[in-house]
Order: sequence, then C-alpha cells, then structure tokens
Amino acid sequence: MSPLAAERPAAIRCSGLVKHYGEVKAVNGVDLLIQKGECFGLLGPNGAGKTTTIEILEGLTLPDAGEVEILGMRWGSGHTRSDHALRERLGIQLQETQLADKLTVEETVRLFRSFYRAAHTVEEVLGLVQLEEKRKAWVGKLSGGQKQRLAVACALVSRPELLFLDEPTTGLDPQSRRQLWDVVGRFRAQGGTVLLTTHYMEEAERLCDRVAIMDHGKVIALDSTPRLIASLGAEHVVEFALADGAGAALDAAQLGGLPGVRAVRPAADRTALVVAEVHRAVPALLALLERQGAQLSMLTTHHATLEDVFVSLTGRQLRDA
Amino acid sequence: MRDHPLIQLTLARMREFYREPEAIFWVFGFPIVMAFALGIAFRNRGPEELRVGVLRSGEGEAIARLLDQSPQLSAAEMDPEEGRQALRSGRIALLVSPGSPLVYRFDPSREESRLARLEVDETIQRSRGRADAATVEEQRVTEPGSRYIDFLIPGLLGMNLMGSGLWGIGFSVVQARTKKLLKRFMATPMKRSHYLSSFILSRLFFLCVEVAALIGFGWWIFGVGVHGSIVTLALVTILGSLSFAGIGMLVASRARTIEAVSGLMNLVMLPMWILSGTFFSYARFPEAMQPFVKALPLTALNDALRAVMIDGASLGALRVPCAIVAGWGLASFVVALRIFRWR
Repeated sequence: MSPLAAERPAAIRCSGLVKHYGEVKAVNGVDLLIQKGECFGLLGPNGAGKTTTIEILEGLTLPDAGEVEILGMRWGSGHTRSDHALRERLGIQLQETQLADKLTVEETVRLFRSFYRAAHTVEEVLGLVQLEEKRKAWVGKLSGGQKQRLAVACALVSRPELLFLDEPTTGLDPQSRRQLWDVVGRFRAQGGTVLLTTHYMEEAERLCDRVAIMDHGKVIALDSTPRLIASLGAEHVVEFALADGAGAALDAAQLGGLPGVRAVRPAADRTALVVAEVHRAVPALLALLERQGAQLSMLTTHHATLEDVFVSLTGRQLRDA
Repeated sequence: MRDHPLIQLTLARMREFYREPEAIFWVFGFPIVMAFALGIAFRNRGPEELRVGVLRSGEGEAIARLLDQSPQLSAAEMDPEEGRQALRSGRIALLVSPGSPLVYRFDPSREESRLARLEVDETIQRSRGRADAATVEEQRVTEPGSRYIDFLIPGLLGMNLMGSGLWGIGFSVVQARTKKLLKRFMATPMKRSHYLSSFILSRLFFLCVEVAALIGFGWWIFGVGVHGSIVTLALVTILGSLSFAGIGMLVASRARTIEAVSGLMNLVMLPMWILSGTFFSYARFPEAMQPFVKALPLTALNDALRAVMIDGASLGALRVPCAIVAGWGLASFVVALRIFRWR
C-alpha cells in the first residue's frame, strides 16, 4: 500500500469479524480493506457468509467479535446520532427487500429520498437507473429487473459515497443484469465506492477491481481478477468427458504429463485440465485418448475464470457448492 | 424543497391502505352492513300479536273466535296432536283446552307464553262477567335512546376503533417486517419515532372517515342522534383510537409472520368482542366477572361512547372510562417501544 493511501481513511476497514448463528459460524474471521473509489466484490456460493459480512459492515447486524470502520467512522448501537450521520453517506440495497407493491415508483423514491439531507431529485435518480418511463407504475407491476433497479435507485437517492449491493442481479435475465452493471458503472465513474456480493463470477470479473472469494465464512483468496486467475498458473481450461463415464481408465499422472498441462481436476462427470498452451495440450490429449481407444463425448476449452479459481481452491463448483 | 419524512411515511401508509379494496370494506363497509342488519333484525316493533291454539271441541270454536277478537291475540282451532306440535315448536305460545276447568297448557319459562297466559285469561274471564275493580288509564311512551339500535351504534363504533387500530397497525408492521422493508428502513437515517408516528397520524386521518361514516349512517337510516357534544365525542374516539393503536403496536412488536400476528390479534380481540358490551349489555355477566370486564379497554370505551351519544355526558363525567382507555394505550405503547423488533 502506498503511503498516500494509508493517510486518508479507507472506505471500509474490518478485521477479525466473527458471527455465529447458534452452531453455525456464518462469518469466521474476515479481514477486509477497501479503498475509496474501488469496486470490491465478495464472491462465493450461497451460505458462504457474504450477506452476513455485508450486513455487519452496513451496521445492520452486530458481530460477535471484530472491528469495523466505515468511511473512518464506527457503528454505535445502530440508531445514534453518529450512526445517522454515517447512514447519510451510504447507499444500501438489501438482498431480500420487497418494496411496497401498492406504491408507485415515484412515491417509493420520494419516500426514501425524504430520509436524507442531501439527496438526488426523483428525476435525477430515476434517470440514473433508467426507470423514467415507469415513474407512475405501481411497484407490484414492475418486472424483476425493474424492481431491482428501483431498489438500487433507493440506495442511490442519498448521493452515497459508498454503495452496498447484496446480490443485485440474482435471478435476473442477462439483459437486466447488464442494465444494472451499467448503473454501477455510472456510479463508479462519479468516483463512488462499491462493495457488492455475488455468486456470478462473470459479474465479479466484469465489475470488480478486486475480489474476495469466500467459503464457509472465510476469505480464501483476495486479489484482482487477473491475478487470481494467474494464480492458477495457466490461463486456459480444457474440459472433456468420455462416452463410458468419467474417464476412469485415464490416470491423472498420465494426463498431468501431457505438454502444457499445469493441473488435473477429475470430477464426477468430466475432467478439467488447467493448461498454459491449448494448441499443444489438446492434440496431445486426443492422441492419448486414441491410443487408449477411449471415445470422447465432450470437449471444450475456455479462458480460465474465477469459477476455475474457486474450483481449484475448494474442489467444488461455485454454482452448486 | 425536501419532503418531510413523517409526511412521506404517513402518505405511504395511507396510500397502501386505500389502494387495498378489502381493507376499505372491512374498515368502512363491514360496520355499516352490521349496523344495518342488526338494526333491521332488532328494530322495535309495535306490540305483536301472540299466537295461541284452542283444542277443537264443542266449545272450542266460540273460545277461538273470542280470543281472536282481542287485539293482542291471534287464535286458531287445532287437533290435539297438531296443538302439541305447535306448542313444542314455538309456533303458538299457549294451548287452551276447553272444558271445566279450562286448561292452559304453556311453558312458563317462555316470556311470550306467560304474556299469552295473562291475555288469554283476561279475555276469557271478562267475557264471563268479571269486572275491573279499579279504573286505569294507559300512557305509552317510547324514550329516544332506549332502542336497541341506539345501544348498538356506539358499541359498533367502539368495536371498529379496536379492529382498525389493531389490524391497521399490526398487519402493516408485521408485513413490513416479513418483507424486510423494516430492515431496509433501518439502513437509512430514518428516525424510528417518525416511522411509528406515521401509523398514528394515518390512523387519525382514517378515524375521522370511519366515525363519520358509521354515525352518519346511524343517523340517516335509524335516526340515532348524538346527545352529547360533538367535541366530546371526537375526543373520546381519538383517545380510543390512539389507545388501540398502542395495543396494536404491542401485538405487532415481536411477531415475524402474518399468521403469528393474526393469532395474537384474535387472542386480544375475541374476549372483548364477547365481554365488552358491544352487542348486549355486559351486565348480563356474573357479578364476579364485572371488575375484570369493566377493566377491559373496549368496555371502557363503549361505556364512554354510550354516555356521550345516549346520555349526553360531558367529558368530566367520563374520567374513569377515559383513564382506563388511556392507561391501556400508554402502557402498551411504552412496552412496545422497548421490545419492538426492528428488523
């Protein structure tokens, strides 16, 4: 960290966060340091502790242990004068909020707007999320993507310095997802800081400067997306499956010995190879299969993603972990 | 120009209410339907003719004709089996079996049967020559305020204040909690007191409409007037409404689901529907229960409303019931604030 960065307060600083729910350790020792202007992602499967972590940072959940500092301030009991002063500077979208169905978009935004001292006008904020034409529509009549953009509008209406988004695009179609990404992009272009949780690796790769991968209440990797992918040691992934099953006849050592292969990950229905050079590894793999008389039923290659990073760290797929 | 959060919250409350047609019916329509139905069913009728039967026999026809001439009675000849049947099923109040002596067959625990016994005996004895020993004169009066509907309308008003206070607040609070809207508000700098006050304000607004609708209806259809001052009535209804708003807040303070809060609300309201003298006077309950019944907030509110509407009582005369109503509301509100689950 540069000396300059150390002088001004970080957007978010937390250390040793712990939160138990009965026997379950939802958050088990999380440390984060997020700079102003950064877009930071918490990536992980459901139940990894992302939501609990973000709600502790938002001052909505009290941690069992640990320190939190947001924009250089600490949370009091949650509704003290200084807590309110801090809340004036934050924009928060929660994962499960259902806004009132019988209010219109405009009425909802005006309601949230009234809680803040310095706020966008209704027109401005509806422009930010491109919901101007839905202004008079009841919330209950909006599509999933429009509801989610309205939720973000309610978070942006306070002109926040720091925006928290908890799974903003879960369950949305690709087009709605991209529209929300555009909203986040515009907010960042104004110098805003974003902390978001997601279980879509594509979203994290697309939006975030840095990503913390969480699993079982802990951060298991934290870096920029390119560097996390680079940590795999190679940039490509070759996946294949055999007609007779998972390729039991193939020996991992044999596969690992193929030119350009850095790692072998056998799974129930397929085998994945992390490779540096696809053009050398694939012909060699095909030749090996031919020698063994194995029938190929599937073969794909792709650039390594955060998904592959997660799999190599946990041995599980992100989406079904 | 910034909108005030209290105004915006109150507007949201009111919009959510009036955009829900079912809520409108239960709060405004239902009490009026109820007042109408009960007012019709229990309207004060002129003294009704009592139906009596006379067993078919030689003398029977003459007796039946005689009794039928009495303005209070309507009589018919019957066979023994038919007569017994009619008496048992309540179609007739009394069965006369002619002869010497005459036999009156009736059930003395039925009020109308006892009345019929008096009327029938009077008519027969007179026709056989009995003279009145004293001269009497009748003065018939119908006191305004003594009809059932005069009793019912203030009771329905009290019940409605209870119902809309509890449902209106309990339901919206718990719904906001289950939908995580309450938690979302907690993530803003919204003041908690603004949130709770918005319920009170929107209640007070709808209160005016509710009270005006029911009292206006009672006055228009049944001529139920307000004998006390309108200001006193307004103060009592506001007090009642605030008190039940406090109780509603308490009921909703912890519940996480709509089912849980519905159960709690019924638990609170059911005893009062029965005990608090909405449909019939609570004096019918045993003496031992009276202190308990009188301590209930709806009993006190109904008493106060009736005192204003029927007897024209002044506010000073209503100190005790008003204190009971206020006490319940205040205590509930204080406890609710302490234990309220904000997320």
